[in-house]
Amino acid sequence: MNEPKNGTLESSTLDRLEAQSVHILREAYREFKNLVMLWSIGKDSTVLLWLARKAFFGHVPFPLMHIDTDHKIPQMIIYRDEIVRKWRLNMIVGRNARALAEKRTFPDGVLTRLECCKALKTEALKHTLSGEWPRLRFDHEAGRYVEERHGEAFTGVIVGVRADEEGSRSKERYFSPRDRESDWNTSDQPPELWRQYKTDFAPGTHIRVHPLLDWTELDIWEYIGREGIPVTSLYFDGGEGKRYRSLGCYPCTKPVDSKSATVADIVAEIKTGRFARVAERAGRDQDKEDGGGLETLRREGYM
Amino acid sequence: MTQGRDMEQMNVVVVGHVDHGKSTLLGRLMADTHSLPDGKLDQVRATCARNAKPFEYAFLLDALKDEQSQGITIDTARCFFKTERRRYILIDAPGHVEFLRNMITGAARAEAALLLIDAREGIQENSRRHGYIISMLGIKQICILVNKMDLVGNDQRAFDSVRTEYERFLRRLDVHPVSFIPISATGGVNVVARSRAEMPWYTGPTVLEQLDALERPGSPLELPFRFPVQDVYKFTEGGDDRRIFAGTVLTGSVKTGQAVTFYPSGKQSRISTVEAFHAGPRSTASANEAVGFTLDTQLYVRPGEVMVRSDQTVPLVGHRFRANLFWMGRAPMIKGKNYKLKIGSARVPLKLVEVLSVLDAADFVSEHSKQQVDRHDVAECLLETHHPVAFDQVDRVLDMGRFVIVDDCDIAGAGIILERADDAASTVAEHVHAREMAWESGSISAADRAAAYGHAARCVVLTGSDAGVLAGLAGGVELALFRAGRKAYYARPANVERGLEADIRFRGEMQEEHVRRLGELARLLTDAGLIFITSLVDADDDDLKMLDMLGSPGEILVVRLGDAVAGNLSAHLALPAGIDPEKGVAAVLELLAQRRITPQPAVPEKA
Repeated sequence: MNEPKNGTLESSTLDRLEAQSVHILREAYREFKNLVMLWSIGKDSTVLLWLARKAFFGHVPFPLMHIDTDHKIPQMIIYRDEIVRKWRLNMIVGRNARALAEKRTFPDGVLTRLECCKALKTEALKHTLSGEWPRLRFDHEAGRYVEERHGEAFTGVIVGVRADEEGSRSKERYFSPRDRESDWNTSDQPPELWRQYKTDFAPGTHIRVHPLLDWTELDIWEYIGREGIPVTSLYFDGGEGKRYRSLGCYPCTKPVDSKSATVADIVAEIKTGRFARVAERAGRDQDKEDGGGLETLRREGYM
Repeated sequence: MTQGRDMEQMNVVVVGHVDHGKSTLLGRLMADTHSLPDGKLDQVRATCARNAKPFEYAFLLDALKDEQSQGITIDTARCFFKTERRRYILIDAPGHVEFLRNMITGAARAEAALLLIDAREGIQENSRRHGYIISMLGIKQICILVNKMDLVGNDQRAFDSVRTEYERFLRRLDVHPVSFIPISATGGVNVVARSRAEMPWYTGPTVLEQLDALERPGSPLELPFRFPVQDVYKFTEGGDDRRIFAGTVLTGSVKTGQAVTFYPSGKQSRISTVEAFHAGPRSTASANEAVGFTLDTQLYVRPGEVMVRSDQTVPLVGHRFRANLFWMGRAPMIKGKNYKLKIGSARVPLKLVEVLSVLDAADFVSEHSKQQVDRHDVAECLLETHHPVAFDQVDRVLDMGRFVIVDDCDIAGAGIILERADDAASTVAEHVHAREMAWESGSISAADRAAAYGHAARCVVLTGSDAGVLAGLAGGVELALFRAGRKAYYARPANVERGLEADIRFRGEMQEEHVRRLGELARLLTDAGLIFITSLVDADDDDLKMLDMLGSPGEILVVRLGDAVAGNLSAHLALPAGIDPEKGVAAVLELLAQRRITPQPAVPEKA
């Protein structure tokens, strides 16, 4: 785990982004009962988790959910559980146990990358949210995860997507309705203006809340630096001249060549260095399949 | 180039009629400021060449479903680029009228607008509609780009003609554009690079120069302090005992120790602390900060109220106001229907009282005979809320003078408040009057029923903060009355919710509708001669007044459990929160006897 020191960067942009995200989180908490926040362990959703603590004055009044594909880089899981204990988070883990048991995955050579994403992430997410599949919940007394069956269905999901990540995400709203099948209709979205969002829903509609929509990769890193938010060490070069810029499953995520060992190094690298004009998800192989693969995935419920 | 994040940022929306060149302009701005990822431009050129179609800058933005989706940092909705002066977020607002909701979503975030008009086609319907909406959104800085000048031979007369006509239109809206710039987005003329060859007669700024010359709007810090209470938190985990009023400061600033007043309730207190997580101790909070406050006194305030400084201009409070609004809903806005108003953090049921005028988008003349507001209409209306709301006129405090209207779960309208209107007879009073005039009583009078049952009819409302305790007391009163031979009925909230209110989806917000239905139920059941008992958690004076009005002609009796929380002061009987249930029941029975609803109990010693 890397705990950078508090930076001295003063920034009205970060203040504005922080205030907006906090406002959106509070709005979500006010309006929706069965709320959950997805925590992918990556930098964006870790910033989101930090913002939740800002919004609720040190508390996180809803559970966090992580979809474990079983192929996550091991340090991610270690880091996750350290934070869960330290911040006493209400942590839920979901997985596609059947696909994993039957070895129906891309690394097993059975599925394509996109099919694998769909099975291990999209399907697992859908059924874990609905409560149909068993969940693992961290028991702080026992200090371990305990299986939980027939949990409540979550109808409001807070997700840390950013508009600048790739094409389809830029069309998102802060509050985005999905129907029962998680379908997303990009051409028919509710208007959002003057800090007023769509917070009324017909029964059966699910809502995704996107407090980080206006943040860029650079904003995220500068905020991590300013606030001293602990992020996994995978983002930093440990001396081999390699680090991860975007985290995922190890079979499909490659580290990039970079000697950035601190948050400040990364900020400089994104601003002026070799990453200034290279896309962030360039190391994520599933994006490259099927042209606009991510939009296909997102329509089907990928986050 | 400045690299610090102290660098200023500006949101600019690009609007205009469909096909007037928005995407091309955006593509051009991105390319000419070298804001595209490496190789992006060549990639798109190569793709075009492969498919034997001419390259267009607009293709750079057609990014939603294409083979470069993993590599792009630009998109169809928002582009980021920077100059030496500041960072820009350019918002591409769709030009087609069907996408007006998207256009408004984009434009509402902007501090300045670029409006494109095709020099050949001239001013079209959406050129006007967008101009109007931009002005209504409060965007003061608007630059008109007369595009496709190359297609009219770069002729100054063509430019002047568009300029004259559009200026005349904007003047009617009291909008004063910053500039008119003749451009060719395709050729990049007067976009980033100036090109004297094409239009030597034009000596003004290029688009980029103009953007850099814009100033950010004045600071909301100068305005009176306005803090809509978004929520009230009490997280007890880890021994936290703070009661925090959370929200985002809209305007102005405040310090600890400041005397504050909440509206519409009028409750007063003083700021004790400014709360923030992972930030040093602080004593001030100002516009655009999402913060929390604790107060000196225990105050019961609901989310939706506005906290203001007691030493500054107070907001307006009222039921009725005159507003300009535009309508995006599929169904028209009509009279008599229940809508929901969202202003600040308040959500209140709303009705359309009167359509004063509707601007026709095609020719923008006012129509005064319309009775409803159709999709894409811009209208001046008289609106009325069930509860009083706090607001400011839009020309005083912009953020406190604008609102959205929800119709059946969707944000269907957005508008600005021009002024408060007289609180004449409210629609509830009118409704009750009309209902009572037409009430059919049959041949059994209230007196007949009272004589037969041995007691009068009455609605008894129990209120307090604990639903369970209230239910216990109400049930106890019902049972005691029944055993004494009275015709009493307690409408259990769970039963009302599952049946009569099955169509109400969100309890918190629909308090008014809940109260309305209880009021009508009270009217019917007291007409039946019953002692009708109901419980209402955290009812405030407005709720009780409405219940009383709807339940009339019979008056309601209010029993309050627990401390007199502000806003609920008018109980007929106040009981301590922790009262012994039997004593509580006895006290309510005594109240009924005192009020001569039930006969006075026989005096025991006269045995």
